[in-house]
Amino acid sequence: MLSDSDRIFTNIYGFEGPELKAAQKRGDWDNTKDILKKGKEWIIEEMKSSGLRGRGGAGFPTGMKWSFMPKESDGRPHYLVVNADESEPGTCKDRDILRNEPHKLLEGCLIAGFAMGAHAAYIYVRGEYYNENSAMWKAIEEAYDKGLLGKNAAGTGWDFDVIMHRGAGAYICGEETALIESIEGKKGQPRNKPPFPAMAGLYSCPTTVNNVETIAVVPTILRRGGSWFAGLGLNERNAGTKLFCISGHVNQPCNVEEEMGIPLKELIEKHCGGVRGGWDNLKAVIPGGSSTPLMPKDVCDHIHMDFDSLKEVGTGLGTAGVIVMDKDTDVIQAICRLSQFYMHESCGQCTPCREGAGWLWRVMKRMVAGNATIDEIDMLYDVTKEIEGHTICALGDAAAWPVQGLIKHFRSEMEHRIVEYRKAAA
Amino acid sequence: MATVKLTINDMEIEVERGTSILQAAQQLGIEVPHFCYHERLTVPANCRMCLVEVEGGPPKPAASCAMACGDGMVVKTDSPMVKKARKGVMEMLLINHPLDCPICDQGGECDLQDQAMGYGFDRSRFQENKRAVPNKELGPLIKTIMTRCINCTRCVRFAEEVAGTPVLGQLNRGEDAEIGTFIDQLVQTELSGNLIDICPVGALTSKPYAFKARPWELTKTESIDVHDAIGSNIRVDVKGREVLRILPRLHEDVNEEWISDRTRFAYDGLNDGRLDRPYVRDDKSGKLVEATWDQAFAKIAEKLDGLKGEEIAGLVGDLTEVESIVALKDLLEKFGSPNMDCRTDGARFDPSERAGYLFNSTIAGIDEADAILLIGTNPRHEATLVNARIRRAQFERRVKVGVIGEQADLAYKYEHLGDSTADLETFVKARSGFAKIFKDAEKPMIIVGSGVFEREDGEAIHFALQAAAEKLKVIKDDWNGFNILHRAASRVGALEVGFVPQAGGKDFNGILEGTRDGSIKALYMIGADEFDARSQIGNQAFVIYQGHHGDHAAARADVILPGCAYTEKDAIYINTEGRVQYAKRAASPPGDARTDWTILRALSEKLGQTLPYDSQMQLRNHIFETYPTFAVDDTPIKASWAKFGSKGAAGKQPFVNPVRNYYLTNAICRASATMQACSREFATQANEYLEAAE
Repeated sequence: MLSDSDRIFTNIYGFEGPELKAAQKRGDWDNTKDILKKGKEWIIEEMKSSGLRGRGGAGFPTGMKWSFMPKESDGRPHYLVVNADESEPGTCKDRDILRNEPHKLLEGCLIAGFAMGAHAAYIYVRGEYYNENSAMWKAIEEAYDKGLLGKNAAGTGWDFDVIMHRGAGAYICGEETALIESIEGKKGQPRNKPPFPAMAGLYSCPTTVNNVETIAVVPTILRRGGSWFAGLGLNERNAGTKLFCISGHVNQPCNVEEEMGIPLKELIEKHCGGVRGGWDNLKAVIPGGSSTPLMPKDVCDHIHMDFDSLKEVGTGLGTAGVIVMDKDTDVIQAICRLSQFYMHESCGQCTPCREGAGWLWRVMKRMVAGNATIDEIDMLYDVTKEIEGHTICALGDAAAWPVQGLIKHFRSEMEHRIVEYRKAAA
Repeated sequence: MATVKLTINDMEIEVERGTSILQAAQQLGIEVPHFCYHERLTVPANCRMCLVEVEGGPPKPAASCAMACGDGMVVKTDSPMVKKARKGVMEMLLINHPLDCPICDQGGECDLQDQAMGYGFDRSRFQENKRAVPNKELGPLIKTIMTRCINCTRCVRFAEEVAGTPVLGQLNRGEDAEIGTFIDQLVQTELSGNLIDICPVGALTSKPYAFKARPWELTKTESIDVHDAIGSNIRVDVKGREVLRILPRLHEDVNEEWISDRTRFAYDGLNDGRLDRPYVRDDKSGKLVEATWDQAFAKIAEKLDGLKGEEIAGLVGDLTEVESIVALKDLLEKFGSPNMDCRTDGARFDPSERAGYLFNSTIAGIDEADAILLIGTNPRHEATLVNARIRRAQFERRVKVGVIGEQADLAYKYEHLGDSTADLETFVKARSGFAKIFKDAEKPMIIVGSGVFEREDGEAIHFALQAAAEKLKVIKDDWNGFNILHRAASRVGALEVGFVPQAGGKDFNGILEGTRDGSIKALYMIGADEFDARSQIGNQAFVIYQGHHGDHAAARADVILPGCAYTEKDAIYINTEGRVQYAKRAASPPGDARTDWTILRALSEKLGQTLPYDSQMQLRNHIFETYPTFAVDDTPIKASWAKFGSKGAAGKQPFVNPVRNYYLTNAICRASATMQACSREFATQANEYLEAAE
């Protein structure tokens, strides 16, 4: 269990104020100048050695991502884009950072921006996050007033601006290239890759898109050293701390910062007051936001919450939005609701996702009632396989995975439902 | 340019860097199915049909249209992974497609149909209700059945990138995505018909062609268009003797694979208002009465008897092919008449030098030009595909465009530099802004509309333009940037064979004047419909009209000889660049109508002045021998730069664009119900108010 001294987000619950003064008391903006003085290479190397992996869901090593940016500008400006379009069902970690730890994010922006040669950062905030947007604005204003942003930001000699951009509530705008399109004022539709944003991103300039949490942990990592961060967690590939968002059928749903690789059972028992009705009442857990496949109880019993352990059991850490479902849950109905979400949020650009997401939902709806045939379960699985990996962005995969997880682990329940329906109909 | 080597299906190929895998595969002759990809449009990679397996990459297939070839890449286009992906995508495309092929006009030439046969499942697993999408009203040319749409967005990209009229877009999200115009409006571009061609399914089809025929019932003939002077390459599809549709044919240097709406949709005018038998004006009643060919010829012989050569004149109109022009010229010469002219728009310019009337840079030259000055022209209406090239030059290469003349919406940005010859002189002297860009350009281009010469001081303007071209240094060793943009398909051909006033002869205005003052007693016109014959030709003159439509001039004629329209004869046309092209006979002419040059040949015999050719081959040989510019097919012979025009005071009055209504520029268009409908919908002012009020 993570000790309080190793906690990065010390005000994640907002017990103290989000304002600059309180933030500085917690150690934010403390000699940012010194960090920048050590140079870009040092920052990127330190990030690499920390083992930090992107907190947005894909888990790509952050230091490596930064190193993809051109070392010298070819005349085009570089941009840092912070993805605060947190729309994944079951996830609400960035929200608390924006509300309660905005200065961690701003300081992270400055350091990350400096490391990749960017003089501007765009923070793309989810449209629904009105209060969070206001909190960020306030923090940015404070930072500008105190000279922490703007010309010669924080006395580092580096000019740095932060621009807020509010989305309009589309889930797909959390995909990095759709987000870039949206900032550019276009319809939020993902771009083809390559070229990757590091080559041609925002306004066709080299761009790095990072999650809020990824950027917000940067200052602390650099202050305490990459080896400190790497020392936490399960192993060097799954290092550091992570904000987990536990919701669903637990006694005390919460956001909590914990070590990477904490056993799921410990996470739920220690921080959430256990599963409603006791651990044995657990039916399934979605470990990383709605797009990751669910795990049945027998997997939950001993699973560690980190990228690689979860990948081994056929799911993923994603955003660490843990959705707990107890035995009262109609798990087919639950996944059906997710299918509906993905159908509604598909951007409509490419064929498999546009057409397939709706198909999945319609078949799932019949599965909920049991109005289907056993063969159709296989067909449904086949359809998810036709969507997965064939689309421009990962939303197609995200639509397919929950259904795949359901079929993999709860096929018997689906079959049972169909048999019952037939009986009732006959 | 650097090249990369890769292996596709165990075949090695070396391609230019930046080539997509799909293009490389096509070079190897490997078919990669695709819908959204179109080689002349940007690449969205949204249909996902072209997925291929790239070894060593992520364990999923890649969109070959958007993925550039890399050195040492190993690509498979027929692996199990690819086949599965294609089947999946095809199934997804079809689940919400209505599968109404039996009642779809695209049937038989539908990409979706073909590729479903090749790559799809043989049955559907989709048990749910299909999605329906409301149809859109896009005007009198394009019929929409949006439920068939597969959202490939080719039409969106065409309208934005090629036509320069970004009115279409993909609305809504996910399953509800549909192509539309957001606020209901018509697709107002002269290139709209091409949307039908690029639509890979039956969502956008031709309204006039709806339910008329199946593609396999049509006889296809490759021919040349005459609705403007660029000579678009077309395919004429005929069922029976009726032309049912006209499609573009690929010609990279002329029309690429597009054609304008007039070219595509005016064909229904070929069936209406046709002259199908000779007519002779009755001396007593003054009315035109039906006659036989012999009666008509006898009447002509009677009227021409005893006339001196200089009392006879000849005019040819905008759609006349080279053969008849030469035949008429030969006939007039036999009579000793120097009075002939092809410029029935009243233009006055010096036709003695080829460089003075050709589009010297060639149309493909626009792709090289780095600054373009338009003088007195609206290329969007006068030569739509020239305009599309200028638009592309600006879209892809940011070429700056300046305009001297009337301002119009050209579908691209331009700098307006004035509207008269005085402004041209100012421009020649100017040193800043666009003038500087133009003078610094390596391949500057001046495009002069033929309309600027349609006034008294035309020859002086011609002279002034020649001088300006030299001062602006548009003529270089390997580049001639002086271009005249004609509007009539016949014009350059007639100029090349010298169908202009001979020594001491009268020009168009002189001939009309002569008919009024009695010095011209007989006038022979072939298809000269672009002026008001009834008011401008004198009452006493004897007028012979040979043509295919009962338009302006036929009403004034004393004898009407029915000829063929451009789809009904084998004919030579020369476009504004001086490119010799051959139109082919696709349909039969109506009734008693005859191929135009044979009418002149037959008449010449009756008049005792027999023309020395009995077959088209003889006539063509005669043309090739007499006029060396016809010797080379399909390649404009460059004109050497020279002095032309005659020095004089060019008036200061502004240039006026000659095309006032794009849809009604010749006799065929005016007879076409489709073009009339377009004129009502698109071209009239009243409609704009109506739209605004909605």
